[in-house]
Amino acid sequence: MEKRRLIYLDNNATTPCDPRVVDAMIPFFYEKHGNAASRSHQFGWEAEDAVDYAREQIAKLLNVEDKEIIFTSGATESNNLALKGVFEMYAKKGNHIITAETEHKAILDTCKHLEKAGAEITYLKVQEDGLINLEELEAAIKPTTILVSLMWANNETGVIQPMQEIARICEKHGVLFHSDATQAVGKIKTHPREIGVHLMSFTAHKMYGPKGVGGLYVSRKNPRVKVTAQMDGGGHERGMRSGTLNVPGIVGFGKAAEIAMNEMEQDAARLSRLRDKLQTELTKLEETKINGNVDSRMPHVTNISFKHVEGEGLMMTFNQNIAVSSGSACTSASLEPSYVLVGMGLGDDLAHSSIRFSLGRFTTEEEVDQAIELVRNGVNHMRELSPIWEMYKDGVDLSKIEWSAH
Amino acid sequence: MAYSEKVLDHFKNPRNVGSLNKDAKNVGTGLVGAPECGDVMRLQIEVDEESGVIRDAKFKTFGCGSAIASSSLATEWLKGKSLDEAASIDNMDIVEELALPPVKIHCSVLAEDAIKAAIEDYRQKNGISVDSKEHATA
Repeated sequence: MEKRRLIYLDNNATTPCDPRVVDAMIPFFYEKHGNAASRSHQFGWEAEDAVDYAREQIAKLLNVEDKEIIFTSGATESNNLALKGVFEMYAKKGNHIITAETEHKAILDTCKHLEKAGAEITYLKVQEDGLINLEELEAAIKPTTILVSLMWANNETGVIQPMQEIARICEKHGVLFHSDATQAVGKIKTHPREIGVHLMSFTAHKMYGPKGVGGLYVSRKNPRVKVTAQMDGGGHERGMRSGTLNVPGIVGFGKAAEIAMNEMEQDAARLSRLRDKLQTELTKLEETKINGNVDSRMPHVTNISFKHVEGEGLMMTFNQNIAVSSGSACTSASLEPSYVLVGMGLGDDLAHSSIRFSLGRFTTEEEVDQAIELVRNGVNHMRELSPIWEMYKDGVDLSKIEWSAH
Repeated sequence: MAYSEKVLDHFKNPRNVGSLNKDAKNVGTGLVGAPECGDVMRLQIEVDEESGVIRDAKFKTFGCGSAIASSSLATEWLKGKSLDEAASIDNMDIVEELALPPVKIHCSVLAEDAIKAAIEDYRQKNGISVDSKEHATA
């Protein structure tokens, strides 16, 4: 029997490498294995040239200068470097940083760390659609504010923040603006200088490049931003990030950026059509809810709650065939539902019932059609098993029941 | 996280899914958990009033695979048991049988709670004192 390929709809977790990326990388594991910092021989020069070229490819995608790109090990490191580096570098100016409750843990946990080091952090709440309230942002700014850090697009819902408006507020108050653009770079246009973003984190493995390599954009003029290095060593990357460069990874990252630049628009158009099809078909089921603002959202993502069905159980009905992720964190050590969805005001019950579908460059229409069928069957099956679905169908008001917490 | 074969089996072929008439005098219903916590179990037993033995058991569960498997297994075990035997089912028996990992132990606790709640409901309905654990002539 032919084994059916597992349908991968979890591209927000990581994307597969584009074969063209892998092809570009391979020579740098073998014959071109040099250290980009070796200045005395051909191997080193070749590696340095390759890194320079990749830096240009990425700079072109972001429409910035190549010197403004710092290579890191990934977006988590970029976020750490941006926040801790700005906090230390601008300590004389102030200690206040503004971020939002629905940011990635790489931001939130870094902020927690900085709080222990004397930072004051404001965590903005988001509205029901996942967007921040611009008036609240502006009201939160004070003389000691040194940085606003808000993500470009959310990993769980795909919701895109009003970047231009946020940048204008930061500009008006002379505050630096950092954005974790991990989910956006390579998928939609992300031109930090044009928008007014001064620091921007991103990573290769969310844009069909390899894992283990990321970047931080740091504006060099108007304003000239500096961050304090978080690792001591050889002073690589203009002194901001020491450590031997991951040459094959960086070459792959550059290639991924080049491909994204050429194909982003057509990918986005195709994927938004497929995403809309998936979403339309699945929300034909009774009692479903799309989470997040549908008008300001990444083209390949949809997050749907299937009421009265628990997400992890639902995933189990089709995880032999489809890979997705759930806002119900029953799988992890913590049994808490997604803080992003809860932060948007979703009840814990609905957060536990949510599934995130994230399509990618290699998703086919046939796969989407199969996914629709499998998920629909899964939801119906789980509802047959669900006592609260039965109660809902019998007209019981679930909010009036005294549940036994445990 | 990989599920054990037994969990997968119960999940794919859940035993005794359904409902018994909760208003019947010889049916005990236990509803435990909360939607906010990500699992709700409803477990029902139908008791043979002559012998005091559980004749039938049904469940419906909102929850993850382990929660569904725990309740499915519980219904299997309950059939043919006396109320006292049923009440002595321990959550760790379920953990062992299904090879549940530590993060899923709460599923087995919930199943034990559901069993106890169903028995309690039956006993209350029939005016049976829990302390004496014997048929009271009400």
